[in-house]
Amino acid sequence: MMDRRKSIQTMILGAGASALAFHGCKTEGDEPVLPETAVTTDTNYYGRTPKEIERVEKLNAEQLFNEHEMETIAVLSTVILPPKEPHGGPIEADVPAFIEFIGKDMPDMQNTLLGGLMWLDHRSNSDNEIEFKEATLEQQKQILDTICNHDLDIPLDEQPLEIQFFALMRNLVVTGYYTSKVGIADLGYKGNSPNVWDGVPDEVLKKHGVAYDPEWIAKCVDQSKRNDIAEWDEKGNLLT
Amino acid sequence: MQIKENPEEYDVIIVGSGAGGGMATKQLADAGLKVAVVEAGPFFDPADPKTMTQLKNPYDSPRRGAGTTRAFGEWDMSYGDWEVDGEPYTQAEGTNFRWWRSRMLGGRTNHWGRISLRFGPKDFKGKTRDGHGEDWPIGYDDVKPYYDKVDKLIGVFGTNEGLENDPDGFFLPPPKPRLHELFYIKGAKKSGIPVIPGRLSMLTKRINNERGVCFYCGQCSRSCSVYADFSAGSCLIFPAQKNGGQVKIFVNAMVREVTTNAEGKATGVSYINKEDRKEYKLKAKVVVLAASACSSARILLNSKSKQHPNGLGNSSDLVGKYLHDSTGSSGMAFVPDLMDRDVSYNEDGVGGMHVYSPWWGDNKALGFPRGYHIEVWGGMGQPNYGFGFDQDSFNKLVGQPTGGYGDKLRDDVKRYYGAIVGFGGRGEGLAVKENYCEIDPTTVDDYGIPVLKFNYKWSDIEVRQAKHMQDTFEEISHNMGGIYLNKPGKDKDYGLHAPGEIIHEVGTTRMGNDPKTSVTNKFNQLHDVDNVFIVDAGPFVSQADKNCTWTILALSWRASDYIIEQLKQQNL
Repeated sequence: MMDRRKSIQTMILGAGASALAFHGCKTEGDEPVLPETAVTTDTNYYGRTPKEIERVEKLNAEQLFNEHEMETIAVLSTVILPPKEPHGGPIEADVPAFIEFIGKDMPDMQNTLLGGLMWLDHRSNSDNEIEFKEATLEQQKQILDTICNHDLDIPLDEQPLEIQFFALMRNLVVTGYYTSKVGIADLGYKGNSPNVWDGVPDEVLKKHGVAYDPEWIAKCVDQSKRNDIAEWDEKGNLLT
Repeated sequence: MQIKENPEEYDVIIVGSGAGGGMATKQLADAGLKVAVVEAGPFFDPADPKTMTQLKNPYDSPRRGAGTTRAFGEWDMSYGDWEVDGEPYTQAEGTNFRWWRSRMLGGRTNHWGRISLRFGPKDFKGKTRDGHGEDWPIGYDDVKPYYDKVDKLIGVFGTNEGLENDPDGFFLPPPKPRLHELFYIKGAKKSGIPVIPGRLSMLTKRINNERGVCFYCGQCSRSCSVYADFSAGSCLIFPAQKNGGQVKIFVNAMVREVTTNAEGKATGVSYINKEDRKEYKLKAKVVVLAASACSSARILLNSKSKQHPNGLGNSSDLVGKYLHDSTGSSGMAFVPDLMDRDVSYNEDGVGGMHVYSPWWGDNKALGFPRGYHIEVWGGMGQPNYGFGFDQDSFNKLVGQPTGGYGDKLRDDVKRYYGAIVGFGGRGEGLAVKENYCEIDPTTVDDYGIPVLKFNYKWSDIEVRQAKHMQDTFEEISHNMGGIYLNKPGKDKDYGLHAPGEIIHEVGTTRMGNDPKTSVTNKFNQLHDVDNVFIVDAGPFVSQADKNCTWTILALSWRASDYIIEQLKQQNL
């Protein structure tokens, strides 16, 4: 088990350098149609106002979790969502850093997160005389199995802290992973890039048992004419 | 402290740079008038890479798109939401109105849904139709030529369907429906609910050589960097400037009041410069308020003088009254037949619905007057903060074990991706005098300007409409083979959104022929002061089951034509 832990710690250190190679979302067969419009986005900015930048800088200067807690989060997150080739797992997705930031950005979570981490260690020490992060995977699972199946009919905030903690962590790990570069590749999302929408592929329509109504489609945009300037007759019929 | 007065006299001062202000700027500057645009927020150009959020990935931000500082998520292009730092508002006890403000050039047009619906003939004659509210002093035929011109100038996709109260126009061709929209069409038609292509102001086809064409990133709420969607800055104000217009833009300038002379005529405005926090004055022959329905009412009510002791244009005591927002109730369905999606293609589409349902009902058979339209959402969208939360509830719906962790989480997320279809019912709330905003003299904003106090309650009529929306969504969901989620009941007013939450507030300076029962005349001109016009949604007599922007644009253009003509005749 030492090896697993060690490799996680190494990956935390190297996470900024993207530990796993990113496998892009190559489309099979047809190359995607690209629009003629040139769009450029500057990766140095992500559209923050001066006030928003100030807030991010302030939060970045603060520390919510200590080193031990960060390591525990890293271990816990990979038990919740184990890495899988080729798109890695929570470490490659910078999930611990994301949880550290979001905990500061949304301070309402802090008590649940900090208290939950304490609960994990307390429980692990009581049961196995070892901190959660140092325990074997089997021991960790035994603990998590007691808090991972909450009653969906009772509001979460009326349930014990450790139940709330696990539900929150699971959400944050899943959302943190799937909003990362590797997670988006794993999900297969193909958007957020310039393209020319021309309807659902035939095989997808067939798979879901639906079809386009020819009358409807006849009214839709003819993408080969998208660059012809629109002109109408006096009744509003498009001529171009 | 002496108020600094700018010696330059403008022909027109326009307060606010959103849909109404933008259109007035374009028309008045194109006519050769010298125009000052006064905007309470900073300069904003959707093409500026520094402020741009379009095409950002969630991982470009440490909070992965969460809405901590912007209510609709951090990529939404609105500086300000229902709360604006330093600019509070208050509520009468037991009431709730939520007031959205976007402090930036172009205002709310930078982030809005671009749903661009004309009002129909019935929408201008509500009282005649069912006895509720009041008729407008104008009808569809008065506005139609302007709707036509707006369609051609700005661009809107849609189709001519020949529907009586959802008029035809000059449309660009619509995009093909997405997969979930085909399910919606099937489900709605089974219940006899019409579905037609959406009508949104995005360029699916070129309309000129200055603006780009849609490249289908689905992110119009982030404001398009190639100007392929309508925003007032990129499509009206910048073109007015490029056209050689004399347009001077004052940004971070918070208007306090309209100034008047001894005869009671407007002489200009006074504003607070947010940067040095000092008061300034600007002079003009004509003042056009386009600050949004509530902000313009606030400016009028704060413009008290010897000649106008009750506030400017308020001899009727109706400024701020008849405030009304669209009704709204929302819902979503989980559709098992949309599980296990093929993710091999990009279905972002335009930043909104490719199909929608215009109002179809016969109110005689219903417990409420007026209608609503249904907006549809869903599909394989960009994951952002919140994505993948609460997988358990889906597992429960399909009878799979809940809870747990490990590889199954990964499988679950992928199985359910794209299997949700959402509905937004957006309808007409009634304009009543008892719903209003007024000045709260006990509270000022950071610029020392007295703030608005809201007093707004829905009636049973709106609640019954919301119930109808919920029942309809549930029925459509079942027709799609879906499971309708979390249907709100009577205890929650059937999910009826709080007033202000749909962000279509109108009516605070309503138009009419009688100065005793209206604030502006049919040309958006104050009855009391002939050189002050209001071109935001304040003059609306009634909301329709449509979004208000296209009508704001048409009426602002119409009022601008009137101003130009009256200036020529030296009547102002």
